[in-house]
Amino acid sequence: MKAFTLLNGLVCPLDRANVDTDAIIPKQFLKSIKRSGFGPNLFDEWRYLDHGEPGMDNSKRAINPEFVLNFPRYAGAQVLLARDNFGCGSSREHAPWAIEDYGFRSVIAPSFADIFFNNCFKNGLLPIVLAADIVEQLFREAEATEGYKLVVDLEAQTVTTPAGASFGFDITAHRKHCLLNGLDEIGLTLQHADVIRSFEAQRKAQQPWLFV
Amino acid sequence: MTAQTLYDKLWHSHVVREEADGTCLLYIDRHLVHEVTSPQAFEGLRIAGRKPWRNHSIVATADHNTPTDHWDKGIQDPISRQQVETLDANIKEFGSLAYFPFKDLRQGIVHVVGPENGATLPGMTVVCGDSHTSTHGAFAALAHGIGTSEVEHVMATQTLVAKKSKAMLIRVDGELGRGVTAKDVALAIIGRIGTAGGTGYAIEFGGDAIRSLSIEGRMTLCNMAIEGGARAGMVAVDDKTIAYLQDRPFSPKADQWDAAVAYWKTLVSDEGAVFDQTVVLQAADIAPQVTWGTSPEQVLAVSGKVPDPAAESDPVKKGSYERALQYMGLAANTPLTDIPVDKVFIGSCTNSRIEDLRAAAGIAKGKKKADNVKLVLVVPGSGLVKKQAEAEGLDKVFIEAGFEWREPGCSMCLAMNADRLEPGERCASTSNRNFEGRQGQGGRTHLVSPEMAAAAAIAGHFVDVRTFT
Repeated sequence: MKAFTLLNGLVCPLDRANVDTDAIIPKQFLKSIKRSGFGPNLFDEWRYLDHGEPGMDNSKRAINPEFVLNFPRYAGAQVLLARDNFGCGSSREHAPWAIEDYGFRSVIAPSFADIFFNNCFKNGLLPIVLAADIVEQLFREAEATEGYKLVVDLEAQTVTTPAGASFGFDITAHRKHCLLNGLDEIGLTLQHADVIRSFEAQRKAQQPWLFV
Repeated sequence: MTAQTLYDKLWHSHVVREEADGTCLLYIDRHLVHEVTSPQAFEGLRIAGRKPWRNHSIVATADHNTPTDHWDKGIQDPISRQQVETLDANIKEFGSLAYFPFKDLRQGIVHVVGPENGATLPGMTVVCGDSHTSTHGAFAALAHGIGTSEVEHVMATQTLVAKKSKAMLIRVDGELGRGVTAKDVALAIIGRIGTAGGTGYAIEFGGDAIRSLSIEGRMTLCNMAIEGGARAGMVAVDDKTIAYLQDRPFSPKADQWDAAVAYWKTLVSDEGAVFDQTVVLQAADIAPQVTWGTSPEQVLAVSGKVPDPAAESDPVKKGSYERALQYMGLAANTPLTDIPVDKVFIGSCTNSRIEDLRAAAGIAKGKKKADNVKLVLVVPGSGLVKKQAEAEGLDKVFIEAGFEWREPGCSMCLAMNADRLEPGERCASTSNRNFEGRQGQGGRTHLVSPEMAAAAAIAGHFVDVRTFT
């Protein structure tokens, strides 16, 4: 996994609540058996004017000029600013894969759906919850100022605006450690293989019907 | 000892180890696998040279991509076919307790297949790379959806890295009225708490109205916990749970049955257990529900009218109402019963079990679909459900009504196969999500119960199933 430490990234504001993972990456792209290459189809139904299918040459498709991701001023954005309940719906990890593959490294919102939030951390993508009034302020500033960037400092757990206003965010020690160091979680867990094995043996003795 | 919730009991009995920040390794008993969210996980194992920790925890089936007709022709779409064949090959290489491939008699939607085979048992942790894994909480299991990285983690370690959620009790008191189903209860709850109301919580459903639901009804209810934002929903064990599990293929055998039942009976919230939040609904207040917008929380009783965004003061909500009405092609203040439908879908992991099909057939019997309704798809949840329905003659009822009787699978719930809405088409659907584009780009979904869907197919528009004759 890609490590996340410090980011000074252009902000793209997506002003909609309840953005679901079907919208983030529509189902037809889930037929892929790979975990990369989803970026060109991020928000496919909003981003393009035609119907997208896997295997199309996306550079030749008509883009929707009214969709925020297509505004020239947001080209190369690395911070996605979003509204409440971002990432609701399907558990598809293709959603964070698509967001990360597009070039975003962090998503900031007042709230996230649980499964999506969890999936982000497995992919070097940092989801940050900030209070609704702060997110509202960031929306106003990002929309008003071309080239608006935010500094995301994971070590310090802060988001800092160009004017120097700084906001703290929460993250568990475990997730922070994994993200800062780009660690493979499976490898970490397997360091406890003996503990898992003895737990399992005990469980098997107590509830043998679970081990057919 | 302090009184524990059902969730406390399920959680604590699976904690392998806990870190200082509360992050736990949670032991996983059952891993359900389907073709869409597993290929990258198997590939990850292969690249790292790892083997599944316990392949007998895995029960797999192909459901999302499989066609629902012309099975003799196989899977026409080459990338869908590749995904299903990849699952075949991965299960062959890595092993499983059971695999129900495309065309197998026991193949079907993973959340229908697990319980009907007794592969979901009380007290288990159940995970699957699918958000509707919450379904299995109907058996007092801790069941929730996970991402593909976690699928790989569970395969490699038999554990999940997790933190305990908060506990919510949703109690539905009293008796449900005639024509009011588990689906209506689920939608009414989501209408009350919102699609993010359960975020950060595990929900236990309780109260007389929940106890009165069948096990299949409880599965419908727990299935939609995720639409209320909660990864896991659950219902305590009672006699119905135990009766359902008797003699299923993977249920405990005779020599272990009594011990299992004795343990299962402890899987209830203790008297006086404390929940972080409690929500109470009165069953008598719940009418058949119809969603009008593009989020499951945008739902009303069938007697309602499409809301007017102008009456909404919250600007974010007002904007989402306006967008929803525009997408749905609806005018404010239209009575829901005046809305005509183009297609009807009866199926999905929410409502494709035998009781759902019986209920829909009960409405359709001796009637014909309305002329304005182009297609009524009835898609059983599994091969076993299909066989049972045919043994009861339900297929004939549907076919005589002008409905199509199909092969099992996820079908038009998410439209990954050929079953889908065309742009602008309006559908009465027994599935779980009315998101933009969910059933096909530009398609317009209204979520309803199987009875309400069948009645809409006959009438050509939404009707109150309680007064429908």
